[in-house]
Amino acid sequence: MRYAEWLGVLPGWSGMVDGKLEGRCVMRAPDRANPPRFCGVLQGEWGWSTVFKMTIKDILARSLSATGWLMLAVMAVMVPTSLLLGVLAGMREGSRTDRVLSTAAIATTATPEYVSGVILIAVFASTTVDLSWLVNLFGIEGRRTLFLGTATSAVDKITFWNFTLPVMTIALYGIGYIARMTRASMTEVMTQQYIRTARLKGVGFRQVVLRHALRNALIAPFTVIMLQFPWLLNGVVIVETLFNYKGFGWTLVQAAGNNDIELLLGCSVVAVAVVLVTQLISDVGYVFLNPRIRLS
Amino acid sequence: MEPLGWIEIIGRMAWQFLPVWIALAALYAVSIATKRRTGLYGRLFDSPVGMIGFGIVMFWVFTAIFADQIITHNPLSQVSGMKNVLPGTPMKAPGGSYDWYLLGGDNLARDVFSRMVMGARRVLAIAPAATAFAFIMGISLGLPAGYFGGKLDTSLSFLANLVLAFPVILLFYLLVTPEIRETAIPGTMAAILFIFPLLFVTVAINSRWFPKPRQRNVMLAVSLGLGLWAYAGLAFNADPTGIWSMEPNLLNVFVSVVFVNSPGVFRIVRGLVMDLKSRDYVAAGQTRGEGPWYLMIWEILPNARGPLIVDFCLRIGYTTILLGTLGFFGLGVSPESPDWGSTINEGRRLLSIFPHPAIVPAVALMSLVLGLNLLADGLREESLRD
Repeated sequence: MRYAEWLGVLPGWSGMVDGKLEGRCVMRAPDRANPPRFCGVLQGEWGWSTVFKMTIKDILARSLSATGWLMLAVMAVMVPTSLLLGVLAGMREGSRTDRVLSTAAIATTATPEYVSGVILIAVFASTTVDLSWLVNLFGIEGRRTLFLGTATSAVDKITFWNFTLPVMTIALYGIGYIARMTRASMTEVMTQQYIRTARLKGVGFRQVVLRHALRNALIAPFTVIMLQFPWLLNGVVIVETLFNYKGFGWTLVQAAGNNDIELLLGCSVVAVAVVLVTQLISDVGYVFLNPRIRLS
Repeated sequence: MEPLGWIEIIGRMAWQFLPVWIALAALYAVSIATKRRTGLYGRLFDSPVGMIGFGIVMFWVFTAIFADQIITHNPLSQVSGMKNVLPGTPMKAPGGSYDWYLLGGDNLARDVFSRMVMGARRVLAIAPAATAFAFIMGISLGLPAGYFGGKLDTSLSFLANLVLAFPVILLFYLLVTPEIRETAIPGTMAAILFIFPLLFVTVAINSRWFPKPRQRNVMLAVSLGLGLWAYAGLAFNADPTGIWSMEPNLLNVFVSVVFVNSPGVFRIVRGLVMDLKSRDYVAAGQTRGEGPWYLMIWEILPNARGPLIVDFCLRIGYTTILLGTLGFFGLGVSPESPDWGSTINEGRRLLSIFPHPAIVPAVALMSLVLGLNLLADGLREESLRD
């Protein structure tokens, strides 16, 4: 019942209290005497957060923009690094580079965000591990640790020092996974006939990798990156809590922790929408990238 | 007394782990001596990666088993004056169970080392059990979906995709928030989830032994009796003898972890069954007149065990991470419990001043998951070889 009201499928509750018309829709209608019957998400009315004392629309807009920056930075770090590592490892299967990179990839996927975040903070942002020589090296004044352990200030102003650790924490986990997928797809491509033909034609190894293999090897990782989004959302929640960065994940935790059901539902709607949109993009993009599907 | 140096701390920790080393050495000696006769398990010892992974995993398993011998202090007792002390600090009043806090004290003056060791027991008690339940559920839905196909397959796959598309963390929050916990949803879900092993065993026994009714009836009676007893205790907390029971908090965590994991298993099983059902031995069974459930459970499932075992190892690691995540958000088992996720959560508040209470369980959790990943890699490599 309450969820249907919130969605805007059922009319909001209303009744007479002390001779005045009161109700779910009356409280927030501009014209109190003549309230609309429905007021839910479908009517563009997200509701009121009891924790932040603000409308949920404002909270979501603010926190999503903060998280957007974080996601953007993560993607900018994660995608090139992981693709590069995966291609390097998959180029020559079984070589020493491959072994080292694969082991590193397993190690990072085995490290959840709350573990790597804790370790990164302890090493780079705690006073017990003495990194003063590094701090002096970079010539930063007025601070005893290299990076900041919280990213609260990053909401107002993103700097290298307060944003690196959260971004690295999320990116590390994803890098290992995407690099493994890229490696698998690259090794598969490298055994194909046309690669051998190109090699026998006398094309250099560099050219073969860059011009013949790379394009086909990157199709599979593209879908993986898009499907990473639900996962990334998971990481965002953990990292924002750990670094106290007031974004979407932090809002979600606050809403759940303080029993703010309307805000929690709003967050769910946004999260599911984001995931569905990325799934759609991945499907459409896959068709575009893979001529075999497009042309058949 | 002097505080201990790092070398001394490591030496004393290694000494505390003595039962684990002995058990590991014995296990490896026996396994390597008989590795030609133990099938896939024995071949694991041919691959260095698999051996290292198996070693790390068994280290934690033995730690969980011998935890009572390893711990130096009671993991819940608080000693005055030992709040947030650094690793290797001597006790204020010597003569207790142990004279040092080997890895320091946490913010409630408890011994970090003992809590880490007891945490291994908590984690290894929940994670494999939850994964096993997820597997049984995934298998008993995935087998018919893959075998029969059609509308059943379409609708089950749709449901699985729905759960998979939902962000995990959100699902947890929705399942564990008080307002939803008070409704009947977790209880109902537990009742549904826990009935799957029962159904599975019943169908498995019936499909194989129905030509011999007497033997079947005995086996069914024994397993159903035991199963229903456990079921009543676990799902409804109504066991008269009180052996099978689960705190409501733990039940919630358990249910949400199983719920999140089983669609993944479902998809794998479904894919495997679709591949295997066109094999000759299945066709032979069909011409013999065997029922579909016999073919699924006694012919197809044993032949799908390789990928399933590998996935089981990976999934235990994933479940460990999930449990840690739950603990990290304070949704864990109970606030006092020493499980690793909750300990990290407690330690993170003072992280930049006293990192050791959070680092120790973090490293422990990482090594366990890493070990499971390496083990799965080794198993995959060895099972692909033939």
